[in-house]
Amino acid sequence: MNRVANRRTLMRLAVVAAAMFGFGYALVPFYDAICRALGVNEFIQADARPAGNTQVDASRTITVELDANVHDVPMHFKPLVRYVKVHPGELATVEYEIANVRGAPVTAQAVPSYGPARAAEHFRKMECFCFTQQTLAAGETRRMPLVFMVDPKLPRDVNTITLSYTFFEVAGRGGRS
Amino acid sequence: MSAVVDTHGHGHEHGDHHGGYSGLMRWVTTTNHKDIGTMYLWFSFIMFMVGGVMALVIRAELFSPGLQIVNPDFFNQMTTMHGLIMVFGAIMPAFVGFANWLIPMQIGAPDMAFARMNNWSFWILPFAGALLIISFFTPGGAPGVGWTLYAPLTVQMGIGMDLTIFAVHLLGMSSIMGSINIVTTILNMRAPGMTLMRMPLFCWTWLITGYLLIAVMPVLAGAVTMTLTDRHFGTAFFNAAGGGDPVLYQHIFWFFGHPEVYIIALPAFGVVSQIIPAFSRKPLFGYASMVYATAGIAILSFIVWAHHMYTVGMPVTGQLFFMYATTLIAIPTGVKVFNWVATMWKGSLTFETPMLFAAGFLFLFTLGGFTGLVLSLVPIDIQLHDTYYVVAHFHYVMVAGALFAAFGGVYFWLPKWTGRMYDETLGKWHFWLTMIFFNVTFFVQHFSGLAGMPRRIPDYPLMFETWNKVSSIGAFGFGISQLLFLYVVLKCIRSGAKAPEKPWEGADSLEWTHLPTPAPYHTFETQPDLR
Repeated sequence: MNRVANRRTLMRLAVVAAAMFGFGYALVPFYDAICRALGVNEFIQADARPAGNTQVDASRTITVELDANVHDVPMHFKPLVRYVKVHPGELATVEYEIANVRGAPVTAQAVPSYGPARAAEHFRKMECFCFTQQTLAAGETRRMPLVFMVDPKLPRDVNTITLSYTFFEVAGRGGRS
Repeated sequence: MSAVVDTHGHGHEHGDHHGGYSGLMRWVTTTNHKDIGTMYLWFSFIMFMVGGVMALVIRAELFSPGLQIVNPDFFNQMTTMHGLIMVFGAIMPAFVGFANWLIPMQIGAPDMAFARMNNWSFWILPFAGALLIISFFTPGGAPGVGWTLYAPLTVQMGIGMDLTIFAVHLLGMSSIMGSINIVTTILNMRAPGMTLMRMPLFCWTWLITGYLLIAVMPVLAGAVTMTLTDRHFGTAFFNAAGGGDPVLYQHIFWFFGHPEVYIIALPAFGVVSQIIPAFSRKPLFGYASMVYATAGIAILSFIVWAHHMYTVGMPVTGQLFFMYATTLIAIPTGVKVFNWVATMWKGSLTFETPMLFAAGFLFLFTLGGFTGLVLSLVPIDIQLHDTYYVVAHFHYVMVAGALFAAFGGVYFWLPKWTGRMYDETLGKWHFWLTMIFFNVTFFVQHFSGLAGMPRRIPDYPLMFETWNKVSSIGAFGFGISQLLFLYVVLKCIRSGAKAPEKPWEGADSLEWTHLPTPAPYHTFETQPDLR
């Protein structure tokens, strides 16, 4: 009768459903690869590219707002100034302060994000604490520089850029393992 | 081979279908496809009323500019829950109810393939519905993030969000089990001679919808699971602060979300494809092209998702691809509309209530399809994105499309289900009130949308006041008209005149030609031979 055939169809369809659940997760690396291939959302590589025009565009002033967060890391993290005003093409330096408040060493790395997102590719970082992992001894406080420049090619309607850093703990490196 | 396993398969309680239960327990324990179909339909009607009240809260607040009745936070909860409940609680279960009632009868099967799983698929639903309602009473209330549950807001909401995520998981499980059941029934349990290309179109649309559901509900489950782990387990799929990307959520969601639109629409196409030939007294025009058009729509639905998100900042190439793919869908949809009209062409038409709803569907769904075509064009969509034009568009396809088809289907099959006729005069009243108030509510939203009124806001500039007032009046009229529907159905069940054996002379599928009216509790225990 139908019973065996039904079971078999059920199993096949259930496998499809399970595979599609996996497919949903597979979309995450898939989109990552697509964005990499098409150059969408490329924040890190944008830094590596040399700036096309280093001349200062004094006709515009860009407010760069600095935001600092920690994600589940026992650290205090803040910029020394809340915002800076720069001309496109002008080199600027700001400082951040980071403090390890745990009684043990901790290793963490900062991840940037930008608002508006399209400003990211025009935000050039020459020197940044986010390029490397930061290891702090127990109770250590450190000041770290960020040297950057806003590319004059920044679209004209952008006059404020929010740069937001979040520190994430790098597990297994002198912290929680 | 099957004979060998078959001898093992029997043995445990077979044939004891009436069970020992009566009253409530009969409904809790039933495995009969007709009982389960009935429960699906009543559940969806209750959810339709709940979601409808939420819509009326929205429209009451929007009656005048400024904040009068609810605070913005609660308003957001209303728009979110209205969407979730109407899509997952009302429209989808309604068509699963039709599928349960009709598919076994239309293909000559005794019941669904997995009767107990069928019971389970239904009984998950009330719990999912309850979770959604309970979320209102948690700290922070129900999620106010929109029915699309976009990150990053969902990562920040209170505990109500978790309840909603679990509700979506449950609804997804229910849909997947229901779909597996329907697909298996259609593939394996057709009567001898009922070849795939002889099936009524309703079965065809559900076969394809079943596959769509199996393919995309798990993707939605994945998306909300990622949201859940982002919220509680330190992952950063969508959390930008952790290197995630909120836009990624939109891509995953709409990979589910666009096929979902057709999951709702295709069974409605199926119902209409049963009603129009019956009242035109002609076979459906272009049956094979209908089947292929349905399959074509389903396949195309997988490559158009990003037309919901033209404004996220995708490359122009991407916008062009999704624009062309989307406009392509107009072709199979156009084939369908053409075939329905061609079926009516030179037919002996009569307009009883089911046909009125089918004709109303045809007219208004086509209108909604056209505004969809407008929205598929990138330059226009960027202007109209998230305005009331979009709201008007999807209510034309969801309400005037799916809901009208469901109403038509209920009127069409009520005599077969209950053995009694509904009150034709009241049915027609219900249609005309619904038709008029629907358009009063939603047609004017095209105007406010074109003028720039954004959706999902409780307050708006004075310039939008006129159309919002009209729309709110229409919404209350529409809501009250649905109480008439409830009355018509109850009156039919309790005291309707006895239905003739074949109330619709043009109806030609098995449930009309091979079964008595009302359909007995058990049908086709020996399958008919249709060769």
